Amino acid sequence: MVIPLSYSFRSLWTRRLTTFLTAMGMALVVFVFADVLMLAAGLQKTLVQTGSYDNVVCLRKGSTSEVDSAIEKDKAAVIETLPGIATDDKGEQLLAKEVVILITLPKQQGGSSNVTVRGIGRKSLDLRHQARLVQGRMPNFGVPEMVVGSSLVKRFEGLAVGSTLSGNLKNWRVVGIMEAGNTAFSSEIWADADQVMQAFRRPVYSVVIFKLTDADLFDRVRGLIENDPRLTLQAKPEIKFYLEQSEMMAKFLKILGITLTVIFSLGAILGAMITMYAAVANRTREIGTLRALGFQRRAILMSFLIESILLGFIGGLIGLFFAAFMQLVTISTVNFQTFSELAFKFTLTPAIIIESMSFALAMGLAGGILPAFRASRMNIVDAIRAG
Amino acid sequence: MIIFKMILKNAFRHKARTGLTVLAMGIAVLAFGLLRTVITTWFSSIEATSANRLVVRNAISLIFPLPLSYYEKIRHVEGVRLVSYGNWFGGVYINEKNFFANFAVEPRSYLQLYPEFVIPEDQKEDFLRDRRGFLAGRKLVERFGWRIGDVVTLKGTIYPGNWDFVLRAIYRGRTQNIDETQFIFNWQYLNETLKDTMPSMADQVGFFVIGITNPNKAADITDEIDAMFKNSPAETLTETEKAFVMGFISMGDAIIKVIQVVSFVIIVIILAVVANTMAMTTRERIGEYAVLKTLGYSWVSITILIMGETLVITLMGAILGIVLTYPAALGFKQALSTFFPVFNVAPATILLDLCIALVVGVAASLIPARKASSIRIAEGLRRIG
Repeated sequence: MVIPLSYSFRSLWTRRLTTFLTAMGMALVVFVFADVLMLAAGLQKTLVQTGSYDNVVCLRKGSTSEVDSAIEKDKAAVIETLPGIATDDKGEQLLAKEVVILITLPKQQGGSSNVTVRGIGRKSLDLRHQARLVQGRMPNFGVPEMVVGSSLVKRFEGLAVGSTLSGNLKNWRVVGIMEAGNTAFSSEIWADADQVMQAFRRPVYSVVIFKLTDADLFDRVRGLIENDPRLTLQAKPEIKFYLEQSEMMAKFLKILGITLTVIFSLGAILGAMITMYAAVANRTREIGTLRALGFQRRAILMSFLIESILLGFIGGLIGLFFAAFMQLVTISTVNFQTFSELAFKFTLTPAIIIESMSFALAMGLAGGILPAFRASRMNIVDAIRAG
Repeated sequence: MIIFKMILKNAFRHKARTGLTVLAMGIAVLAFGLLRTVITTWFSSIEATSANRLVVRNAISLIFPLPLSYYEKIRHVEGVRLVSYGNWFGGVYINEKNFFANFAVEPRSYLQLYPEFVIPEDQKEDFLRDRRGFLAGRKLVERFGWRIGDVVTLKGTIYPGNWDFVLRAIYRGRTQNIDETQFIFNWQYLNETLKDTMPSMADQVGFFVIGITNPNKAADITDEIDAMFKNSPAETLTETEKAFVMGFISMGDAIIKVIQVVSFVIIVIILAVVANTMAMTTRERIGEYAVLKTLGYSWVSITILIMGETLVITLMGAILGIVLTYPAALGFKQALSTFFPVFNVAPATILLDLCIALVVGVAASLIPARKASSIRIAEGLRRIG
């Protein structure tokens, strides 16, 4: 015989304050747990979406980011002769020779930060299907004009369309704003590569990016690039390249997040344990009565376990409810691997919902298991006699 | 006095419950202490800066160099005592996971500017004499098990190729907040090699460090240097060392803010747990409070009774947490040594832990104490049974 589920529900309802406080403790733990996962997922999503699976990035051998890479013009010309590079309908190669530098710009809330300036080629936009113009127009080639990523406009001074910058970008006009979804390009400034090279006196490109006619050709093309003694370059699939850029930050978030949630959840499990022990102690007579009515030990055990899992369930729901609102928040920080600003959002995925709920239920179970055993092992006569 | 005896007796009546609550409190204090330490560590590099040092770099951003020819010009600015210079090298040891700071500096002047690097005299001489020698922090040397005389190869990211160095000297920090994981080598080695391989990158420095005689003159010197190179191909940005370091630190602003928020969430969690324990305890004892009231105890005494019991529990938890913080910080340090070269628990953190115990103790007992002290005697007595 099984004790009806409504018994567990009503028991929780009777001790509303205690139930609420315990569930709140768990809710906060689930909230933190979900947030950390959401942050890591957001970072990952941003960088994975920045890359395209059939794009190839060429960097100088040994370089780890675009900024510390350098490709001389003659080497870039060699890459153009490689087989397997896709062409557009006009028959032009989908290949861009780009120069990437960092500049310091003042932030709106005070202070300053590093912003990536990408000197682009004519095909750069075609290679990045994620980027599109939302205001103004793309910069013309041969003049000092630039287009600014949408997440920069909100955070940095003087980047509205029509404004001009100072310093080395003196007289450079912002002519447009581009939106590139959750990608790193939303945090970049784009301008004509030749103009950028001139303004910053940089005679070399940073990277060469091209699209393959077929992603399977990558290994062959890489062989051609990396084995050519003239080049001393390395080639990477764009997706892999951007993933590697976030490795350190992802590791940091992961370690911090795991440490926190483990410690926090111990606190919440203890909270649930206290509540369930008290529930058992207060209901000694009730338990005795149930046993006298013929309910088995196992039924009592199940009933109390269900009650504490229910507590975890409520906590999980509340925690996830508040975590969902965190999706409205955008975190912007400097990626220490590339040294440039990167904006990313808390991202709630179905996997995180499932993980958080399982975590909440597990906390409830862990907190309830010992008290439930105590309840099930009570002696009928003693229990009924208890005051 | 009897009230204190009652507080203690009450606190240990439900041994299991009290034990669990103390444990939960201890864990919360531990988590809070670790988070605080992360935050103080983040800012600790500021304390290690000196008001007597200025840093000059390219005004566009850190990745652009300055010509070495600025050296003589800066040296002759009034109030400048000593000038050193260097480049961020950005070399990788075996693979990227072994990250540590490594740069090339003009060694003699650099060590004069940074007396907080304590080096045995004979090692220092060896380091200055050997162009391919390098100086490393004690912790870095321990991490990789290097010995004096060992050859260490770094793979260049900014300067291509494999670079061999010989460990000649090991430094210790004069104070605890000095980063002991740096890798420093002779700028001449870098520059001479570049002259052969990449002449366009030679004779360029990433930063100048300036020692000044009077920190009050810092603003004037800063202005004078920047004015000197205004409208030149490489304009400079001169800052105090503190402002320079601050610039790096503020890059991680967003993450630090998240950690700050989370460290307060933990207090709310523990408040919920302790408040719950006290709510349950007082509900069970409501009859006793009625009896105490009958005996003439005022609502003040009953409040003291409940608040005292809560404080006993939270303070015990805090002490447990504080004791656990130290070994935990040690483990944390080992796991995250690449991110936090220095990771010390600050005394202020311990003080804050105790304050939290007080605040949580008082806050958690407010509602239960109000309930217990406002109960009407007859009603309270009736609840028994």
